[in-house]
Amino acid sequence: MTTITAARPATGTARQSHVVADSVTMLRRNLLHLVRYPGLTVFTIGGPVVFLLLFVYVFGGTLGAGLPGVDAAGGREAYLAYVMPGILLITIAGSAGGAATTVSMDMTQGITARFRSMAISRAAVLTGHVLGNTIQALIAIVVVLAVGLLIGFRPTADAAEWLAAAAMLTLISYAISWLAVGMGMQAKSVETASNLPFLLIFLPFLGSGFVPTGSMPAWMEWFAQYQPFTPFIETLRGLLLGTPLGWYPVLAIGWCVVIAVAGYVWSMLIYERKSVR
Amino acid sequence: MTTAAIDVQGLRKSYREKVVLDNVDLTVSAGTVTALLGPNGAGKTTTVHILSTLVRPDGGTALVNGCDVMRDHDGVRAAIGLTGQFSAVDTLLTGEENLMLMARLRHLGPRRSKARVAELLEQFDLVDAARKPLATYSGGMQRRLDLAMTLVATPSVIFLDEPTTGLDPRSRHTMWDIVRGLVADGTTVLLTTQHLEEADELAHRIAVLDGGRIVAEGTPEELKRLVPGGHIRLRFGSAAALDTASRLFAGSAIESSAASGSPTDRSALDEAALALTVPSDGGVGALRTILDRLDAAGLDVDDLSIHTPDLDDVFFALTGRADKKGSES
Repeated sequence: MTTITAARPATGTARQSHVVADSVTMLRRNLLHLVRYPGLTVFTIGGPVVFLLLFVYVFGGTLGAGLPGVDAAGGREAYLAYVMPGILLITIAGSAGGAATTVSMDMTQGITARFRSMAISRAAVLTGHVLGNTIQALIAIVVVLAVGLLIGFRPTADAAEWLAAAAMLTLISYAISWLAVGMGMQAKSVETASNLPFLLIFLPFLGSGFVPTGSMPAWMEWFAQYQPFTPFIETLRGLLLGTPLGWYPVLAIGWCVVIAVAGYVWSMLIYERKSVR
Repeated sequence: MTTAAIDVQGLRKSYREKVVLDNVDLTVSAGTVTALLGPNGAGKTTTVHILSTLVRPDGGTALVNGCDVMRDHDGVRAAIGLTGQFSAVDTLLTGEENLMLMARLRHLGPRRSKARVAELLEQFDLVDAARKPLATYSGGMQRRLDLAMTLVATPSVIFLDEPTTGLDPRSRHTMWDIVRGLVADGTTVLLTTQHLEEADELAHRIAVLDGGRIVAEGTPEELKRLVPGGHIRLRFGSAAALDTASRLFAGSAIESSAASGSPTDRSALDEAALALTVPSDGGVGALRTILDRLDAAGLDVDDLSIHTPDLDDVFFALTGRADKKGSES
């Protein structure tokens, strides 16, 4: 300990400008985690791929034949196209499980106490998790989509529609990530944290992801119509496959904003409140 | 010292019904080391957590570097470094990446970050392990990295919460040298410890915390003066010699100077060990007196040891656990 070369950290208003820099630093940390421990990413990809193959090759023939305007022969192919947006949403919901677990584990580590005792932006630690998870979800989406294309998924989208679909998927991933971070923060244990987001995985089933909502009992149809995953799925379906969009994109974006803001406020409140041990 | 780096007045904290801190006052002068000494559950960690803005106190005031820990979080956070009892490293990254993470969060800029990280790796003897994942680090290495991370931005006040718990003796001595180096550079250190030896080695002042209260405070020397315990222990070859010696020193306390009145009891006999304990301040004069008397009586001594009061005596006396000490010595 012979030299003091480093300056004292900035204080006061100068610090406000560090929110972005700190978030980038934290994102870098989360990305390093992803690279070092690819297990979680593999898991978030493997799950939806299994679902995709299961629903196309096991249930697809029968379910496809039940879709309006599809004959029995083209059932499986038609169902692949129908189910793909739902599978993409399952991918996002599944990655939320990973995020909640990671956040919950991180909260039990001493490193978080260290972050809390440093003059860094409160939001940066959580933003790092959210952006890291969004990127992870997008990677998973690309792989799942590639598997879909490989087994015969043929979207009709043009370049602009692909771009819009990509933007929509990014926005949904970002919003759901904030919710997942909130779940991870709220959970008393890592086990609870890894279970909470499973609720999200069910939502595409209780929407228009796997069967048209018109085939459900009236009360469930009502729920399916008004829950956020139905506009998410219908927007993607419209962009990728040219089904009528209607008000779905507006509803989807609205839901994303609501979920992201709620998740952000929720996470920040807990982050402030949770004291160490 | 004109300024207090840490100034705590009437600090109180309870969790539900349980009082953890009960009116704690503590002042640490800039550039000094104060040890917060106490048994498990005394409130040491809570004190450190309050001072590092992690826990909100129920009452009292606490200033760190002149900043109020309740009102000016960022002011406090910019001035302090905390190395907690539980390792605060990112176990999924390498040592170098951990340090770079800290350098970035302290906004040192790319060039200064690199230089500072290289410097710390060198100082803390982590150069060889810099690019290895933390899973391969020993406990001592992790602790050194932990402290290095705290020092990236050269904070002016450092909290060390049980910095050597669980370390082997060599790593502990390395840690002590590091702390001494910090203080030589003018850093203020508040360290908590259960090890009396550690407080004695490092601290300018010691505050003994027990049950959420400061039960004693002063320099190590001042504290040692609070309790008796100095003696010379003589071991003999036979029971007969022991018997003669015990009569020789019966009821006497041997002091090197007449001025220092001994607060200790009379000589004590330990027949199983063939040992006699003669109360004494351990000075040369007292030793000479004892040897002269033994010589005059023609007694051979197998073994002689001098015991000055140490902080163990102080600690157990102050925290009401004197019985344990008795059986140990």
